Amino acid sequence: MSGASSNELPRWIDLVLLPAVNLTVALLVAGIVVLLVGQSPVQVLTLLIKGAFGSRIGVSYTFYYATTFVFTGLAVAVAFHGGLFNIGGEGQAMLGGLGAALAALALGEHLPSWAMLPIMIAAAALFGMAWAAVPAVLQAYRGSHIVITTIMFNFIASALLAYLLVDVLKAPGNMTVESRSFAPSAHMPGVHEVLAGWGIEWPRSPLNLSVLLAAACALGVYLMLWRSRPGYALRAVGHAPDAAHYAGIRPRAQIVMSMALSGALAGLVGINEVAGVHGRLLLEFVAGAGFAGIAVSLIGRNHPVGIVLAALLFGALYQGGAELAFEISGFSRDMVFTLQGLIVLFSGAMAQVAAPTLAHLWFALQRRRQRTVAADDQTPEAAGG
Amino acid sequence: MDELLIGTLMASTLRVSTPLILCALAGVLAERAGVIDLGLEGKMLLCAFAAGSTGAVTGSITLALAAALVVGVALSMLHGYGCVSHRGDQVVMGMAITMTAAGLTVVLGIAWFHTGGQTPPLPNAVRYSPWFGGAAAALSELPVIGKVLALALLGHNVLVYGALALVAGVWWLLFRTRFGLRLRACGENPAMVDAAGVSVVKLRFQALGLNGLLCGLAGSYLVMAQNASFTPHMTAGRGYMALAAMIFGKWHPVGALWACLLFGFLDAASIRLQGVVLPGIGAVPVQAIQALPYVLTVVLLAGFIGRAYAPRALGIPYVKER
Repeated sequence: MSGASSNELPRWIDLVLLPAVNLTVALLVAGIVVLLVGQSPVQVLTLLIKGAFGSRIGVSYTFYYATTFVFTGLAVAVAFHGGLFNIGGEGQAMLGGLGAALAALALGEHLPSWAMLPIMIAAAALFGMAWAAVPAVLQAYRGSHIVITTIMFNFIASALLAYLLVDVLKAPGNMTVESRSFAPSAHMPGVHEVLAGWGIEWPRSPLNLSVLLAAACALGVYLMLWRSRPGYALRAVGHAPDAAHYAGIRPRAQIVMSMALSGALAGLVGINEVAGVHGRLLLEFVAGAGFAGIAVSLIGRNHPVGIVLAALLFGALYQGGAELAFEISGFSRDMVFTLQGLIVLFSGAMAQVAAPTLAHLWFALQRRRQRTVAADDQTPEAAGG
Repeated sequence: MDELLIGTLMASTLRVSTPLILCALAGVLAERAGVIDLGLEGKMLLCAFAAGSTGAVTGSITLALAAALVVGVALSMLHGYGCVSHRGDQVVMGMAITMTAAGLTVVLGIAWFHTGGQTPPLPNAVRYSPWFGGAAAALSELPVIGKVLALALLGHNVLVYGALALVAGVWWLLFRTRFGLRLRACGENPAMVDAAGVSVVKLRFQALGLNGLLCGLAGSYLVMAQNASFTPHMTAGRGYMALAAMIFGKWHPVGALWACLLFGFLDAASIRLQGVVLPGIGAVPVQAIQALPYVLTVVLLAGFIGRAYAPRALGIPYVKER
């Protein structure tokens, strides 16, 4: 090698090629599973894309799912930049839904929509924030491991929600475990309703204005993390806690800060699901979205732009998967969950496995190029080194 | 009447605790060697599926058990390949195993057995049979405590006793053998192990291998003793509860045993305590009892009751110095 710089891989390999290779491996393994269960991967993929993007209603569903994943993906990413792994998105989202529901049940009859919806958003964010802040404080001031505590808090949240729904919030005389329906003012308008108001006809779907909230959050997270002083402090602690501390940043306060922000983002899932779609509090409205957020954040490389794209990919997978389950008998949507796990496996846990091979190939290519150049120039000193 | 209640409560505590004990021991071995295992849930689930489907197809208890063990070890080797060989993130690996297992078992179950992801019920030949049934009858003859003890301790299947024996076995392995000393050193100060000329990578792989075997046993228990077939998501968070128990037991096999028994007891009691009014407290919601193991673990980790210290090198991939 002639210089120090040629010992490093070019940026595009690390940023584009390696993630692409990992994603391809995950898709290939998923394809093998599809073959194993006796289906054709090509047919499955075509149906999946058609289901997700082939119709206006399909696209609406894709964006509806993506909205939830943007919230949970951003939640994982913000914590990650603060040097923390937040596995508690599931529980924080449950609490967010609870907050939104409590606000709607208490005030829905008395307030108009323009006052009710901001209150619900604030309540969802605050409840999610509080649920994430407890593990953060325990990590910062008592030294307990945040991963373990957030896992435990997922289970505690689910028990709390079950208790409240069964014993407190359940409408009397109702057999199913759910709260009573919210007043109309607590309903986040659907996109089809807004478009109808403008004279555009759009099929009815769960896609609601939370999608704008998600877009605003993605932009806000970008501005906050990379264009503001608190964001710099947050990333500094995540990157090098000791150096940040030396520079006058209080790492403990930052831990609480990044987790609180993370929890607030996860809590907003409640707005999309509870206020936007169901109109009442259900037991299982989060349905694994908190864990999907981990995959979304990993694929999106913890950057808001990447997360939005990854959320759309996962939204398409969820919607396409639901269509698939209709189209092909004996095929279940769980294939999508399998793929989600495989993506976390290959793009997350084993992200660096392919790196040495890629480096080997790249340098072999470089050497060959240098040799051909040397042969063309007839200058022997350029070939060695 | 009361002794019947106490006896059955003790018996169901033991039965509920068994998969927790096996899984917690698996966690103790991996984490003592310095590898975080959040994949216990997924490993147990996939092993249960392997045992359930193999048992249903072949009708052989040996093959069913072997399938569970092979799948368990294979998952652990994958864990090691990603996290020990390639220094991937151990937490992410655990999540990946659990997420993949949750989806894959349902996909394969539906495709192979066409009953919504459930495997056909296993014949009795593929189930762990009860032991000491005769001794139970003899013990019942004893006055006062005889009946309680017979109900509580005897007539369980082989794996219940096996799990208890394995607690002693893992304790002996970790604290009374050279291998155990090295394994624990791996979790505290791998550089020292390396300096002594022992391979950290090899030790961590060995610990993960044992971890896989124990997860296989736990999974097989779910389908060959607790239930009669595999049902989707049947682990239902037991892997995480075992993880909590392992932490509650301060990463010690005997501590983990007590924690598992406590959590198992809470689980068994929560069903019976539903709607019962306790003196002085009132009716305890069943969800509060179900959440208690997790609350206790959080409180312990935060150092409010005692203190639990994780192995010092836990979660840190070992990089050889050059």
